[in-house]
Amino acid sequence: MLDLPVQIIRGVLAGLGRFSLMVMEVVRSLATQRLSGRDLVAQMYFIGVKSQTVVLVTGAFTGMVLCAQTYFQFHKVKMDTATLAVVSVSMCGELGPVLTALMVAGRVGASMAAELGTMKVTEQVDALRTLAAHPIDYLVVPRVVATVLAVPLLTAESVAMGILSAYLVGVHLLQIDPGYSVVNMLRFTDHRDVLMGFIKSLIFGGIIATTGCYKGMHCGQGAEGVGHSTTEAVVYASIAILMSNFFLTLLLTRLLALL
Amino acid sequence: MIEVRQLRKRFGDQQVLDGVDLTIEQGESLVIIGRSGGGKSVLLKHLVGLTHPDSGQVLVEGQDIAQLDERELLGVRRKFGMLFQSAALFDSLTVEENIAFVLARERNHTPEEITRRVAEALEMVDLPGTQKKKPAELSGGMRKRVGLARAIIYRPEVIFYDEPTTGLDPVVADSIDKLILRVCNRLRVTSIVVTHDMRSMQTVGRRVAMLHEGRIYATGTPQEMMSSADPVVSRFVRGISDEKEHTF
Repeated sequence: MLDLPVQIIRGVLAGLGRFSLMVMEVVRSLATQRLSGRDLVAQMYFIGVKSQTVVLVTGAFTGMVLCAQTYFQFHKVKMDTATLAVVSVSMCGELGPVLTALMVAGRVGASMAAELGTMKVTEQVDALRTLAAHPIDYLVVPRVVATVLAVPLLTAESVAMGILSAYLVGVHLLQIDPGYSVVNMLRFTDHRDVLMGFIKSLIFGGIIATTGCYKGMHCGQGAEGVGHSTTEAVVYASIAILMSNFFLTLLLTRLLALL
Repeated sequence: MIEVRQLRKRFGDQQVLDGVDLTIEQGESLVIIGRSGGGKSVLLKHLVGLTHPDSGQVLVEGQDIAQLDERELLGVRRKFGMLFQSAALFDSLTVEENIAFVLARERNHTPEEITRRVAEALEMVDLPGTQKKKPAELSGGMRKRVGLARAIIYRPEVIFYDEPTTGLDPVVADSIDKLILRVCNRLRVTSIVVTHDMRSMQTVGRRVAMLHEGRIYATGTPQEMMSSADPVVSRFVRGISDEKEHTF
């Protein structure tokens, strides 16, 4: 009767163990192996440049709807000019990094799991190993480094686009005073908010890449295995982003208060 | 050169290898035969260090590679080349990039040298002028040839072939067999071929080992295997199924 829960717990622990070993191997590779600039640039292009449209659209519409909702509430208490300040603080510290990471997880995390999973089931990963190339060095490290570098840049774009869109909606559509709005925005948006968003986006980039690569490198057999891995990469990365965001907010708020 | 001692491997409830003992001398051409699902490819993967055994040893020039981790194995694998059943070409790279993969990563070869050696390797496998093609543009036989060119370009000491003629028509299969012989003779490498193609076994093998029920059941020359009176060997080489036994 206890067999099933024991098997599930054993499976989860084994998975966490394999994931930890992969992350350790990535760190070891970063410390001891030379990273190929060509591979890194190729991954940066795919992860960073190719993700811009989805990230900019997400940032723009998030900023616009946040501006409208905030305005509708603040207007009741005559605090219209605080609208952009709320948008800015929310976009920098929370919505920008989280929504960007979720969109990148959907696009890039799934793609990594599918690509590496297909390579595994078609013996291309084994072929790499017989050609004296470590799969972690060649496949995983460039993806992890590129994602960790690209996600903060995408987040910055998303935040900027969100604030700009909110400004346009607030000033031109909702008739908020532009001068007071901008002054309030700059007054209430602290450098700590920007720093918090930056640190979060670095960590989220790591979560997306390691989860996608892990799911790809440990996928099951055949098309079904690749399909499962792809789905799990997105689901697990999204859950990890949302859960870690809560704890990061608590931790970083305290740490950054010391600055 | 390679010695396997009491190699055992289990997947779930299935004991795939159950005490395999095998010695492979330098320069020899060994063919491993056996039923589908009988563990031939698993044994081959143990010889290259792609799979770790539950117990037993795989000694390569006296060093037990079963005890090495993935990074330590990279050095050992430099002595090996492998042609996979599906060729396992990197589908995002061109034929030239596939073949030059090892040389390009070594960083001590000039682009001119790499281009020349890729052309030589393609010449050897009778596929000159295909450098810029993608694997998806190649037929099954061509993919195997490119896979072989990729395996020989860095002059390995041992080449492993996993079912090299599976999925090919008889004429292409024969051309691949002749290619294996040519590579073996010209480069003077040790060849280890896993197959259940009896024609291939007779063409490329100098010695044959039959894997049956997880162990090396019989060894001999191709002629000895073909004329064996042993019922298991005889039935296998003649392709005769046992009605009392499930053969699928």
